[in-house]
Amino acid sequence: MNDRAFNDHSYEEFLKEKKIMGSKCKKCGALALPPRPLCVSCFNQDLEWVQFRGAGKLAAFTSIVIAPPSMAKEGFGKNNPYIVGVIELEEGPKMVGRIAGLDAKKPAEIDLGVALKAEFIYTDPGPDQKTYLVFRP
Amino acid sequence: MLGSIDKGVDPKDIDAIYIGNFTNDFFVNQAHWGPIISDLVGHVPKPVTRTEGACASSALAFREGVFAIASGFYDIVLVGGLEQMSKRTTEEVAEGLGTAGSPYEVAAGFTFPGVFGTIATSYFAKYGTNRETLFNVTIKSHLNAPLNPKAQFPMTIRDFMNTRIEKCRQKGMPVPEWEDEKAFLRDVTVNPPIAWPMHLFDCCPISDGASCLLLVAEDIAKRFTDNPIYVAGIGQGSGYSLHATKNITSFEATKYAAQEAYGMSGFTPNDIQFAEVHDCFSMAELIHIEDLGFFKPGEGHKATAEGLTRLDGPKPINTSGGLKSKGHPVGATGIAQIYEVWMQLREKAGKRQIPNRNLRVGGAQNLGGTGGTCTFTILERR
Repeated sequence: MNDRAFNDHSYEEFLKEKKIMGSKCKKCGALALPPRPLCVSCFNQDLEWVQFRGAGKLAAFTSIVIAPPSMAKEGFGKNNPYIVGVIELEEGPKMVGRIAGLDAKKPAEIDLGVALKAEFIYTDPGPDQKTYLVFRP
Repeated sequence: MLGSIDKGVDPKDIDAIYIGNFTNDFFVNQAHWGPIISDLVGHVPKPVTRTEGACASSALAFREGVFAIASGFYDIVLVGGLEQMSKRTTEEVAEGLGTAGSPYEVAAGFTFPGVFGTIATSYFAKYGTNRETLFNVTIKSHLNAPLNPKAQFPMTIRDFMNTRIEKCRQKGMPVPEWEDEKAFLRDVTVNPPIAWPMHLFDCCPISDGASCLLLVAEDIAKRFTDNPIYVAGIGQGSGYSLHATKNITSFEATKYAAQEAYGMSGFTPNDIQFAEVHDCFSMAELIHIEDLGFFKPGEGHKATAEGLTRLDGPKPINTSGGLKSKGHPVGATGIAQIYEVWMQLREKAGKRQIPNRNLRVGGAQNLGGTGGTCTFTILERR
């Protein structure tokens, strides 16, 4: 595992393996998710992989009504808004991601701090298949 | 532009042009705008450089112009910006602008209104306020806009209400009744959601536009005017993506830019008598007036509610009507903001001239992307 480069490509490879992997600085212990090729706290390049549980809480969010073409293709839009937000993981770092299981049509009723857990979603099989995370209560 | 220079300028004397443009490459399928402009205005064969910093593209052109003159390399430089956005559908414009978000935000399905909506939910929770506080920003911007002959929406919120009522009457539809401007903004039939809690009237429009300014070396300024406006301070910063930033309700890029500009000019936030700030969304204006040090963190919304940022208040913000009502042709915005500060300092702002004040110092803050690039420019009348 340690021979993989600390970059986005490796991060996505790990996602396919159902692992949320970030980098940890061996000198100062700072965490980065997605991984960074160097520690931006102390600029050390001696890093190790660390796995995140994918559990956290809702730090901030939006419910998007006017969807970009990429999301409209999935059926999102005026009559079917979707939620994206910032999730603060229990290990410390934050992620941005899609959030399911909360009512996107009633955003005023959603409270920050809701506990969320990551779920792995696979797009249609084929050479362009992607894995991404959706967070649910 | 030529007519606006008191003693005139011979275009042949302009040494170089710097022009900001974000993504006409996408909006009109045409890149390489530098030489197009050079060709158009007869500047060939002298140099032209395009700068890109998303919605802060032309503020970067301004900085390059200042650097070129400060270094002694050039004496007379034209700086400007342009963007043509109206050829695309709203969804396509959202996608084009979205390319200035971080790859992680784009992949997750964020839009620009979505990013600022996300910031807003954090701001509300942190400072115990809600969507209603943003209405004050929108109402204030639209009070200034009718006073600006170049505004895209030269209407107050009251004007929007009256227009709607008139339309319903003409069509024989039930005539809506709103108690006041806030009731109008609360009504989702006229102010529909875009990305919670950002509704239509929280968002700047899709605009076409261009802007430019002439920069000259201090020692030759009097050749062009008896009343030059000086660049007292310039600053630029960069910022982390939404997931990596420590504080969601602040832009580290603005804070760095402000620190640099204050340090260079010797001015403090109190010395800045008025400012244009990048209100691409109502929420953004509150963050900026806090990051620039005009108000403490969490106090920007109270200051706005109290009217402190109105044209006749102690700290007028966005006298032009702001991006919300003046319009936001993204690549042109940075220099359009500096132009407004120049107009105010020269007391040429007409009906929107800040009243009863000896104006000497004003600022312009420009933001690109989701806070990835920010600038702060301080102008001074000496």
